[in-house]
Amino acid sequence: MRFRIIVLAKQVPDTRNVGKDAMKADGTVNRAALPAIFNPEDLHALEQALSIKDKIPYAEVILLTMGPFRAAEIIREAMYRGADRGYLITDRKFAGSDTLATSYALSLAVKKLAPYHLVISGRQAIDGDTAQVGPQTAEKLGIPQITYAEEILSVDAKKIIVKRRLERGVEVVNSTLPAAITVHSSAPVCRQRVAKLLMKYKHARTVTELQNETKDYTELYSDRPYLLIDEWTADDLKAETEMLGLSGSPTKVKKIENVVFQHKDSKVMGSSDKEIDTLMQDLIKSHIVG
Amino acid sequence: MNNIFVYCEVTEEGSIADVSLELLSKGKKLAGDLNVKLEAIVIGSKVPNLESTLYPFGVDVIHYADEERLFPYTTLPHASIILDLFVKEKPEIALFGATSIGRDIAPRVASALRCGLTADCTSLEIGDHFENKSQTEYKNLLYQIRPAFGGNIIATIINPETRPQMATVREGVMKKEIFSNKFKGKLKKIDAKSILKDDDFAVTIIERHMEKSKIDIKNSQVVISGGYGVGSKENFNLLFELADILGAQVGASRAAVDAGFVEHERQVGQTGVTVRPKLYIACGISGAVQHRAGMDQSAQIISINTDIGAPINNIADYTIIGNVADVIPKMIKYYKKNSK
Repeated sequence: MRFRIIVLAKQVPDTRNVGKDAMKADGTVNRAALPAIFNPEDLHALEQALSIKDKIPYAEVILLTMGPFRAAEIIREAMYRGADRGYLITDRKFAGSDTLATSYALSLAVKKLAPYHLVISGRQAIDGDTAQVGPQTAEKLGIPQITYAEEILSVDAKKIIVKRRLERGVEVVNSTLPAAITVHSSAPVCRQRVAKLLMKYKHARTVTELQNETKDYTELYSDRPYLLIDEWTADDLKAETEMLGLSGSPTKVKKIENVVFQHKDSKVMGSSDKEIDTLMQDLIKSHIVG
Repeated sequence: MNNIFVYCEVTEEGSIADVSLELLSKGKKLAGDLNVKLEAIVIGSKVPNLESTLYPFGVDVIHYADEERLFPYTTLPHASIILDLFVKEKPEIALFGATSIGRDIAPRVASALRCGLTADCTSLEIGDHFENKSQTEYKNLLYQIRPAFGGNIIATIINPETRPQMATVREGVMKKEIFSNKFKGKLKKIDAKSILKDDDFAVTIIERHMEKSKIDIKNSQVVISGGYGVGSKENFNLLFELADILGAQVGASRAAVDAGFVEHERQVGQTGVTVRPKLYIACGISGAVQHRAGMDQSAQIISINTDIGAPINNIADYTIIGNVADVIPKMIKYYKKNSK
């Protein structure tokens, strides 16, 4: 039996690159100015999976992502770096999912890929920063979780030893398998694309992408069936509709306020108590600090 | 209406974590708004002075699970005990610290109970909600307010249908306040042995030690950088002090690194790290092009400088004309005064 590692990843808007042009004049987020990227900590997770594959030749790395059609981009990206294949979970029914509904859908997809040994994801995604999907998916799968992994010290078919990065220190834990691991940003960065793999997978497409291609891929795909990236819908996962999307999400957004980052002319001020007091109040009020 | 529960973390020293005491203080206020009781959950092994520590915060009931295997913390046994308690007591609200422990256990518990959880709240309030779609009025919900989208929006989250309404809150966000030194609640022991199963110990701790974390200024939302104008290593300590309070990281210009004020890893600029935080505070930095290249995309820039003509002031949103050693202590003082 192969040692199966499932990497959970998300395509996210690059909220770290919020420069002055990323906010519109009215103070709303200019999404067009934010490129869609592979969530950074999920890349750290991919690296952990690939480094296990380096050591265990019978290991395979499968990337699982939920999102719109274009999220297939991160599956290809993962294959360029060494993942064996990937699945895109995509369906309108998933729209509006909070972490609970997301982890429900992901857990069904992971179960479809059973038997598996490890489920590895980033600690959190930069668009929400909740760090909830990893532990919630672990709970739904009924497997132990190891959060904030910095280094996988050893792994075999039955157990794994992981170094965790905590607020004030480190902890080394041993877990039975299967287990879910979330990877911290202090873990090693992901290896770069491999030229050979880039050549091999550059034509990898989902069914939806193939339909939109002008080029005819029929012959290429009959020769190289591994190029097809599977798409799974809610029906493929046999998901209960009321547990998906908005209806499956107990949290609701009541209100959204944009933090206005308009560039004003520089305000020159003195260092009196009163002036510093006012400045700190402004920073706190605008949620820039605190 | 049912009560408010706070999960209290036990520290290395066996005391109750500050963040938990802060949450109890907030929980007591919310309990007052809702006219319900405040209950604490403590899971550990031989926690000293438990009652004398917690009752002054207005805790009506302490649920205490005391068992050797429950300290140090591991996820599954703590989750089993909390779940058992929540299923029996059906809390209205459950609060956890947004710590390594709280952010590990709260999602696991929320998933098992299929209830809503909001991470890293910066404010909690009680309020009503009217759902247009179903024409339903919800009274006295917990408003869970948090930054999202990399800090670019502030969202108010509610859980209209599911209970408990769960939230995590970072340390230092709520104010720690004694309710009454005379207050007395009661202690209820949890029979941990009857709840815990062998499967709960799938993860075992081999080793744990305190270790200084690596410097990570790139991912920090707030960066406080010092230049040659900070003047000394000692004055840099002021920057660290402010950084501690704001949850920020300390950066530096090349001149400050070359002068030996701080480690090389903190250098911001062309040959150092590029940062794009929400707030960049440049202390005694003149603002050479090489430095500006590493930070000019920051959303907000504050410059503290004695020289009004320093180039950095051209890209700053605020320029404070003054001495770093004088301004930083004032910022600390007024942040503390205004943040609670």
